[in-house]
Amino acid sequence: MASISGTANLPRTGEATAYRGLMAWLTVVDHKRIGQLYLMSGLLFFLVGGVEAFIMRLQLMHPNGHVVSAAVFNELFTMHGTTMIFLAVMPLSIGFINAIVPLQIGARDVAFPRLNALSFWLFLGGGLLLNSSWFLGGTPNAGWFNYTPISGAQFSPGLGVDFYDIGLQIAGIGTLISGINFLVTIVNMRAPGMTWFRLPMFTWTTFVTMILVLFAFPPLTVNLFLQTFERLFHAEYFNVAAGGSPLLWANLFWIFGHPEVYILILPAFGIISEVIPTFSRKPLFGYVSMVLATLAIGFLSFMVWVHHMFTLGYGPWVNSIFALTSMLIAVPTGVKVFNWLSTMWGGQLRFTTAMLWAVGFLFTFVLGGMSGVMLAVAPADLQLNNSYFVVAHFHYVLIGGSLFALLAGLYYWFPKITGRMLNERLGRWNFWLMFIGFNVTFFPMHFLGLEGMPRRIFTYSPGFGFTFWNEVATFGVFILASGVLLLVMNVVRSVAAGERASADPWDARGLEWSISSPAPAYNFAKIPLVRGYDPLWVEKMHGDGRMIPAPQAPGAHHGPLGMVHMPKPTIVPLLVALTLVAAGYGFIFNQLWLEVLALLLLGVALHRSMFEVDPGEYVRVRPEDEEAMSAHG
Amino acid sequence: MPMASVTERGLVGASDRPVAELGAQEPMDNSVLGLWVWLSAEALFFASLIGVYFLLHTDTNHGLTPQTAFDLPLTFVGTIILLSSSMTMALGYNQMRRGNVVGLRRWLVATAFLGLAFLAFQAKEFTGFYSRGLTLSSSPFGSSFFTLTGFHGLHVLFGVFWLLSLLAYTYKPTFMQEAKTKVQVLGLYWHFVDVVWVVIFTFVYLMGKVG
Ligand code: HEM
Ligand SMILES: [Cu+2]
Repeated sequence: MASISGTANLPRTGEATAYRGLMAWLTVVDHKRIGQLYLMSGLLFFLVGGVEAFIMRLQLMHPNGHVVSAAVFNELFTMHGTTMIFLAVMPLSIGFINAIVPLQIGARDVAFPRLNALSFWLFLGGGLLLNSSWFLGGTPNAGWFNYTPISGAQFSPGLGVDFYDIGLQIAGIGTLISGINFLVTIVNMRAPGMTWFRLPMFTWTTFVTMILVLFAFPPLTVNLFLQTFERLFHAEYFNVAAGGSPLLWANLFWIFGHPEVYILILPAFGIISEVIPTFSRKPLFGYVSMVLATLAIGFLSFMVWVHHMFTLGYGPWVNSIFALTSMLIAVPTGVKVFNWLSTMWGGQLRFTTAMLWAVGFLFTFVLGGMSGVMLAVAPADLQLNNSYFVVAHFHYVLIGGSLFALLAGLYYWFPKITGRMLNERLGRWNFWLMFIGFNVTFFPMHFLGLEGMPRRIFTYSPGFGFTFWNEVATFGVFILASGVLLLVMNVVRSVAAGERASADPWDARGLEWSISSPAPAYNFAKIPLVRGYDPLWVEKMHGDGRMIPAPQAPGAHHGPLGMVHMPKPTIVPLLVALTLVAAGYGFIFNQLWLEVLALLLLGVALHRSMFEVDPGEYVRVRPEDEEAMSAHG
Repeated sequence: MPMASVTERGLVGASDRPVAELGAQEPMDNSVLGLWVWLSAEALFFASLIGVYFLLHTDTNHGLTPQTAFDLPLTFVGTIILLSSSMTMALGYNQMRRGNVVGLRRWLVATAFLGLAFLAFQAKEFTGFYSRGLTLSSSPFGSSFFTLTGFHGLHVLFGVFWLLSLLAYTYKPTFMQEAKTKVQVLGLYWHFVDVVWVVIFTFVYLMGKVG
């Protein structure tokens, strides 16, 4: 955390004053700092998941490998998938959402700053609880989708699956709370003039993502509860012998799981829609169709879950219907791709590192989309299901799609988030190594899948003909990993000693670039008036390049002159999250006293804080933030 | 005021509206809107649980079935009690609107009491089932029944906790200034939990009895 508190020590008179140092982080309520925490934790979990993947690739490099045992291999692929999806990509997205969305809509914070902190601590607590399973006797090993009956008490008698169920439950509650928070924020906290059809695309995709969170997480919550009750209290839901249904888990999981993959990709779409216009010096092409496509994707994502279960025997009718709905998603997705291309068409392109990632995204994501459509052909999927072809598909969409876009976002917004630039030269190396390494690693997996190599096997015989492409894939991982190392180096170096960023280093278009880098605690000295789509660009073209303060509504509340009223830091969210994590351990290790104690403390904490009105505190506005806004208004 | 009508895509329009209207972009209080959003997730939560129940309730493992298990008169009384608690909650809200904190307290207590009475009936029902061999682990019917109704009961319990917590909070001198959304939000939650029960009573108990 030392590196980030470096940022905190930048001269910022516009700083909430209550706490310093570590305490400032534990009591954090500022959306920008919560965003930093999400990004840092997401990056750390990404490295953990990366190491797990690295070991698996070493094991698979040669036939009959013996780097790890079959049992450890099961734990590795389970924890790798679970970590990457729930603890890396999602938190990185939510990190950018926290850091940027309030700035994009001209707000001073989110609707519920304390709940925002609670979301973060629940995510971190759930993630750490899950990963603590490596040391506490039993790591999840039934795959990231944790199918019954293999995840049931009979075939997974250890504690591993309990860590999965309870860790994800806690992290999931955090995500759900984020969803509520950002929906209310986007509906209620937009600056005057920021109408729905002027919302930046990243804010739009956030909005739809959070609707998906809201509707997709409850089925997962229920599923995890059911499995917890089955494993801990001998309830019967999934056990065929007792009349239960293992397909119940699969259905509830994918009713959550497919929207979940769009929760992972929609914010990425939003980032690409911000980066490409900025570096093409053109407004986003087809804005309205972009919005409609996002809504359509969100809606359709609830209608396709059976495409993960074509082989479970629902028959040709069901499979055909879900094959069609799945292919239908390619249409709005295609609309987006053509809009991005048209935005670049005839633009003044600048290939900064952020733009390189965006263009790299276009290339790899389209490939991933195409293998997706191939998998959606149900008869073909009967062959491809459970093979490396599926592995190739989802890594193209998740790395080549989500992760590349997140890295585009990192290079693009890093100056706004930390006040410093990432090094562009290192950035280029970072991009090319990862881009080439990624393709060398994952493209061969299409061939391996078509040749019949099943996913999740821990080794293979030399006679199977899988050797060559496996060697190529592992070779690619070394390139990919060196790119990741450069990324880490670049981030660490720049946080500590990167070039200082100006307010608007990219000559960009959105509100977030109208204020200093990093943004002051209150974001905007005065709430800006939004006069059009791409508000800052409008002022650059038609004003003096600075935002105009919005006229105060009559009867608006006024604080002391030159001060802004901001939420007050508090440690309560952290304590609430701790009680839930403690209760989680209580259930995993069957310690009644711990469960009772933790839940009692939770009750006390809720009782003490539920109705408390945040008194807030006043933060003095820095003169330069006043000057960053147009004088008339 | 430089509200110049700029002519690029969509630039005229909302920015030309009068300022008062611009400022009036906050139609619903954050906490009320937040509660509605939360309840929509809760609705999906219970919908999933009801779905699970419908899938599994015919698997009774040669034990009690919905027809043989349910004691409708008992549950009916519980239902009436819970429904009347919605009424007392609304009466409390009215008292708050009139600025009568004492009246509000009275109805909060009544609502909490009715909530607890409902839970007592549910406890009686559950212990009856257990003594007749229908338990969380006796059959998929039992498991899915107890998860659905149990989670509903937990929501009632949380509501009672919320009512009593708010009751304690009403003794704060500044309470009446913040009372409106606080009571409104709790009321929404409480009515929601009641509506869920009506759905459960209809589809689980009544239809279960019919077969
Ligand atoms: C055109 C759009 C897409 C289509 C038609 C599609 C179709 C499919 C199909 C049919 C499968 C199941 C294959 C099988 O298990 O046999 C699948 C798996 C998967 N897809 Fe996609 N997909 C699309 C886009 C995406 C996107 C955008 C993401 C995420 C960013 C994604 C993530 C995944 C994941 C993670 C799996 C594997 C789940 C697992 O079995 O572990 N897909 N996709
Ligand atoms: Cu899917």
